[in-house]
Amino acid sequence: MHNRQPLHFYREPLPGVDISELQGKLVVIEGPDAVGRSTQIALLRQWLEREGHAVLDTGMARSALAGKGIQMAKKGNTLGPITMTLFYTTDFADRLENEIIPALRAGFVVLIDRYIFSIMARAIARGEDRRWIEQVAGFALAPHAVYYLRAEVDHLVSRVVLGRGAFDYWESGMDLRFGPDMYESFVRYQTRLIKALDTMVEPYDFTVIDAGQPIGRIFRELQRHISKLQLARVGRRPAARRIPKLVEEKRPIRKKA
Amino acid sequence: MVEGIDGSGKSTQISLLSHWLRSQGYAVAFSEWNSSPLVRQTTRRGKRKEMFTPSTFSLIHATDFADRMESYILPLVKSGAIVCADRYAYTAFARDVARGVSRSWVRNLYRFAIHPNLSFYFRVPLDVALGRILGGRDALKYYEAGMDLGLARDVEESFRIFQGRILDEYEAMAQEMGFHIIDATMSIEDQQRRMRKIVVDELGDGLKNGVLHLPAGGEFGAQPTASPLL
Repeated sequence: MHNRQPLHFYREPLPGVDISELQGKLVVIEGPDAVGRSTQIALLRQWLEREGHAVLDTGMARSALAGKGIQMAKKGNTLGPITMTLFYTTDFADRLENEIIPALRAGFVVLIDRYIFSIMARAIARGEDRRWIEQVAGFALAPHAVYYLRAEVDHLVSRVVLGRGAFDYWESGMDLRFGPDMYESFVRYQTRLIKALDTMVEPYDFTVIDAGQPIGRIFRELQRHISKLQLARVGRRPAARRIPKLVEEKRPIRKKA
Repeated sequence: MVEGIDGSGKSTQISLLSHWLRSQGYAVAFSEWNSSPLVRQTTRRGKRKEMFTPSTFSLIHATDFADRMESYILPLVKSGAIVCADRYAYTAFARDVARGVSRSWVRNLYRFAIHPNLSFYFRVPLDVALGRILGGRDALKYYEAGMDLGLARDVEESFRIFQGRILDEYEAMAQEMGFHIIDATMSIEDQQRRMRKIVVDELGDGLKNGVLHLPAGGEFGAQPTASPLL
């Protein structure tokens, strides 16, 4: 059903894009809110750049066209679920056409913090039709890899409470009030989000990574996977040999000593 | 709701119709294309800076329509008001496809819409519409003229080609969508008379106590689905 070949459009080709020109790598990190995606992206970016790769990292609501509009719409109390889905899809399309595709043409490694899958999961968690949003988002390019940082909702709760110390209105799905208060709404909404993402693992070829592990272990697991993607190499030493070395430098002296 | 190319006179007619309905004591609301308070600013900025591609142009208008549908049109229709819409999803079906966006994709995009009780299409030859537009305004806008498509260097020429394509799209869907076709070359009064007659014939019995008792049509668009959205 889905065209899973990397850098092919899932369903509908975008007018004016020749995919044979695309030579970079498209790597996506997916996962629910507060699971630690941005930490991993920052680490991966550093590592990849040290390896000599040009990296573009981008994420939701960062488009020049719609980013500001989305932020403003979220401040009010009238943003409906379908409008939100389409606003984020507009934002994604703008980044795809004006940032991601040009970077792929130039041979960049493009690291994306949440792809169409989060937009789809949010829509599905809010009761919208799955086939509708799958087709709407069908102009997306299939990535080389989707790493799904998966955690149970309890884990997310403790991360939110320990980290930010407060629940976010939208992350708690308060627009649809899934529960009587922010905590219960968060738990129910995030549970639905996780469930929706879980159903995409197989059809969209996600690599599931246990986000309950310590940051360093998740990072090393991601490195192991990414080094198999055959990124273009810089210099003579094979990239695979250099990864563990870099990680050892960062690892605090433990057991080994 | 009314559809037609720029210069077909549809806005004049829907405005006259809504005033008449209101004067008859009905609850009437009005919704214009591209008028969502949440989305309008983004669209305006994008147009000013010429940031749109055919895909994002299509998506931002669908976002605007979704907001009007979710927070305005649908609640009002449910409550029995007559909502007069100046342009509906068919505008996107014609215009986005004329811009090169896939027909099946854009039809699916608007599947959340409700089916209108009545659809009027103002049929007008291209030259008549162009004469009205070009006479009335001093500058054609960039996207209105389809200048983003590079059809012609001259704005007027580009406008002519682009509107011609849109006209073809409207004509191709008129029957499928069940449009009531109004000959937009007739006098304004004659067109309005025809519209009012169609409204009375089609909705007459459904209009009681000042509100509409007919449910809006079911799911919208041509894509079959097991779970209707609205």
